[in-house]
Amino acid sequence: MSTIEQETETEETTDESAEPTVESPGERRRAEKRERTQAREDQRVDEEIDSSEETITLKVFRYDPEVEGKEEPRFDDFTVPFHKGMTVLDALIYSRDHYDSSLTFRHSCRQAVCGSDALFINGRQRLACKTQIADLDAGTIRIEPLPHQEVVKDLVVDMEHFYDQMEAVEPYFDADELPDDELEEQRQDRENREKIKMSTRCIWCGACMSSCNIAAGDNEYLGPAAINKAYRFAMDEREGEQRKQERLRIIEQEHGVWRCQTQFSCTEVCPKDIPLTEHIQELKREAVKNNLKFW
Amino acid sequence: MHEHDVIVVGAGGAGLRAAIAADEEGADVALVTKLHPVRSHTGAAEGGINAALREGDDWELHAYDTMKGSDYLGDAPAIDTFAQDAPEEVVQIEHWGMPFSREDDGRVSQRPFGGMSFPRTTYAGAETGHHLLHTMYEQVVKRGIEVYDEWYVTNLAVTDHDDPEDRHCHGAVAYEIATGNVEGFWARDGVILATGGLGQAFDHTTNAVANTGDGCAMAYRAGVPLEDMEMIQFHPTTLPSTGVLISEGVRGEGGILYNDDEERFMFEHGYANNDGELASRDVVSRAELTEVNAGRGIEDEYVDLDMRHLGEERILDRLENILHLAEDFEGVDGLDEPMPVKPGQHYAMGGIETDENGETCISGLYAAGETACVSLHGANRLGGNALPELLVFGARAGHHAAGKDMKTAEIETGRSAKSEDGDVSPPVQPGAIQTGDGDVAADGGERSDGSRSSSDLRADGAMVEPKETLEHTVQQERERIETLLEADGINHAEVRSNVQETMTENVNVFREEESLNDALRDLRRARERYEDVAVADPSRTYNTDLIHTIETRNILDVAEAITLGALAREEFRGAHWRAEYQERRDEEWIKHTMLAWDDGTPELYYKPVLLESQWKEYEPKERSY
Ligand SMILES: Cc1cc2nc3c(=O)[nH]c(=O)nc-3n(C[C@H](O)[C@H](O)[C@H](O)COP(=O)(O)OP(=O)(O)OC[C@H]3O[C@@H](n4cnc5c(N)ncnc54)[C@H](O)[C@@H]3O)c2cc1C
Ligand code: SF4
Ligand code: FES
Repeated sequence: MSTIEQETETEETTDESAEPTVESPGERRRAEKRERTQAREDQRVDEEIDSSEETITLKVFRYDPEVEGKEEPRFDDFTVPFHKGMTVLDALIYSRDHYDSSLTFRHSCRQAVCGSDALFINGRQRLACKTQIADLDAGTIRIEPLPHQEVVKDLVVDMEHFYDQMEAVEPYFDADELPDDELEEQRQDRENREKIKMSTRCIWCGACMSSCNIAAGDNEYLGPAAINKAYRFAMDEREGEQRKQERLRIIEQEHGVWRCQTQFSCTEVCPKDIPLTEHIQELKREAVKNNLKFW
Repeated sequence: MHEHDVIVVGAGGAGLRAAIAADEEGADVALVTKLHPVRSHTGAAEGGINAALREGDDWELHAYDTMKGSDYLGDAPAIDTFAQDAPEEVVQIEHWGMPFSREDDGRVSQRPFGGMSFPRTTYAGAETGHHLLHTMYEQVVKRGIEVYDEWYVTNLAVTDHDDPEDRHCHGAVAYEIATGNVEGFWARDGVILATGGLGQAFDHTTNAVANTGDGCAMAYRAGVPLEDMEMIQFHPTTLPSTGVLISEGVRGEGGILYNDDEERFMFEHGYANNDGELASRDVVSRAELTEVNAGRGIEDEYVDLDMRHLGEERILDRLENILHLAEDFEGVDGLDEPMPVKPGQHYAMGGIETDENGETCISGLYAAGETACVSLHGANRLGGNALPELLVFGARAGHHAAGKDMKTAEIETGRSAKSEDGDVSPPVQPGAIQTGDGDVAADGGERSDGSRSSSDLRADGAMVEPKETLEHTVQQERERIETLLEADGINHAEVRSNVQETMTENVNVFREEESLNDALRDLRRARERYEDVAVADPSRTYNTDLIHTIETRNILDVAEAITLGALAREEFRGAHWRAEYQERRDEEWIKHTMLAWDDGTPELYYKPVLLESQWKEYEPKERSY
């Protein structure tokens, strides 16, 4: 085992410490390969565009810390044939599959449920798969990674911080009391389910966090999605009073609900229409009531 | 090298449930998944989850409906176990906080669903899968189960005995997408594959882009047979431009299908004079395509699904989600105009052969969820039966892998279950692939001469150290990835679209010998082109080009298995329609199509369908529409 690991390590160190001027044979091969690939892609671009009628142009943010010529952020233009019903994600996939296979972005469901393709499109956080090009009303579509997040490569941002904040609110259900019979469900009032319904729709896309000025300035701020998650549990009547107090204590902390300045940017961008600001306000009120009652 | 008792590959509904179950047994378990868990495709499920929960219903009725729905290609021990375990599993996720829709008395709501003799489908709005996925991921967080997200599993570490039934799985090799590191995951007790569907073998599918059949392909090449792969479910109402699903609920509420002549064709052309739009999924799909082929399709491609007459109030009340989907993905306002729909690939009823405890014929290797075929759905899956399957068989695989005594399985797996040889003569020899330099196999454990390279370790097939097997596989995968990155060649996207196009053209709702043969020829050509495939992006950071290239190989293998299976099954059963054979032929065909990877060449054989379990016996009956 150790030999294998060592091999990789050596390889990595060489990669990292390689001076751009001293070309290793591997580097050279890769560079040549890049050129050939580029030539082939250019040819395909010409062939494709030739026959198409209506087109749109994407201006896409590019960055790869590791590849020569890409470590400086830049924008690439892609011209793509347009058809009715086409989404920004369709156009990105087209660009990647036809012009440049290194174009990198996350996506999977194509139907606004997996939350992986939240991007900054024409100056606003949106899900690429849910954004109709026809609705953008602009000849050129500017596509950037989510602001205020660390960029890993091209349009991919590091989501770790977002996940950490989500987990900080203890995002799991703790029932007060379970029925004795394991075939017997807990009861929940229809009204109570309605109350939490919107909050349970979150797909962890991170758009809200990225749009929030407060989160941008305070790295420890729990942020709208995590507070909404806390709301989902704090307001669920199946959890007991004591658990609710604990939950309120988490969101009441220094970097919790009180940081929110009700700017509504999160609510505006949420692709699931969750009334985030309202939920945060409601938790503030709960926290006040809580303090009056116990302290 | 990472080391755990149980390694679960994939973190959709099946993977999460398996991990929780293994954790319940006290095992040290890790989830390795190419997407973050909440991005898994289980989140897209809309309709609901079946379980016999109420007075007046019981598991035997649920089992009966499922067997009948399967067109008698399901195995009774799997179906009975499923229907018995489902209620407890569904109530358990309720106990974990799942926000189900509720009745006035606070209990979970249930609604009627196609093919069910009792309204036993529980649901959470039209977002049941989303809530199920998130609720289970929350439990994984609560238990502190380790998650390696955005790690792509490229291969399994399996010993090299000649007979797959003597082989043992010791772990898996995964590629960390963010960094490009390739590492071994040693599983002391077992590996569970829960990698989901294979819809990307088709170009028009309701499935996510990540559903590339990775688990099926990896298990297949490691020596586990694939079962009933020809059984692909097509859904009649998907949006033409994306494949996004328009729930059966629209027709349930009274939605009407029209052709280009504005005829209500389900009735006017006699496809289903009794049930009309509400006939089963395969019938409606065939009707739509017949209309299109007869020149009565709209823009030669689709038909219209109209719900305007239901009225705004009712639509908003029960089908709000559908309005959003039509608007967002087709730019159509369902309140004002009909929605375009056509059939799309939806679900793989076949998959990795397992027994009712989730185990495959390779010891230590398990599979659960859509990637597996415990033979629950047979030739036709009923809506709402896939989600409880994830829970029931995910849990069983998790418990068993972690060492719980699950009693001997009734379903036999592997070659020893073989009842007869298969007979199919493809126009071309399907088979293994070599990479450009011909040295390292593009995947799996074979070399260019077709031999398993791991047999270099111990030519006599003697027991090798688990670690040695794993290290060897890690080394192979590193070389393979290096080759793909360094080599010069064609882009995977070209090969992938060739496969997807021929599958949709030739192995769709309608199947006939000639077109199946065409598909096999195209797949062979795609294989040959894949030999020259290479990754253009040289980066070690988040290289999706590389991931898609490896996935494309998997798509090729599952596409070939689907097509071979379809060619071999000379009858009409459930979703499998053949132009030459317009009848279900029980005498000859109540048997499972099995494909085994025999040093690179698929070998076809059959095993019996079990219509009897320790509880019940089922009698095949005619399915009428
Ligand atoms: C649109 C739609 C609607 C549906 N509605 C319903 C419904 O109402 N009721 C119902 O019962 N069923 C429904 N189904 C079917 C059901 O949702 C699926 O069969 C089920 O969710 C599959 O779950 P899974 O856990 O097997 O796979 P998935 O949820 O797809 O998860 C697969 C996991 O494997 C991982 N993975 C895959 N390959 C690799 C690899 N190489 N390395 C590492 N990780 C990997 C992925 O990251 C993911 O985490 C629907 C399906 C679709 C597509
Ligand atoms: S609250 Fe809305 S914007 Fe924020 S992560 Fe969830 S779905 Fe995305
Ligand atoms: S691709 Fe899943 S949300 Fe857009």
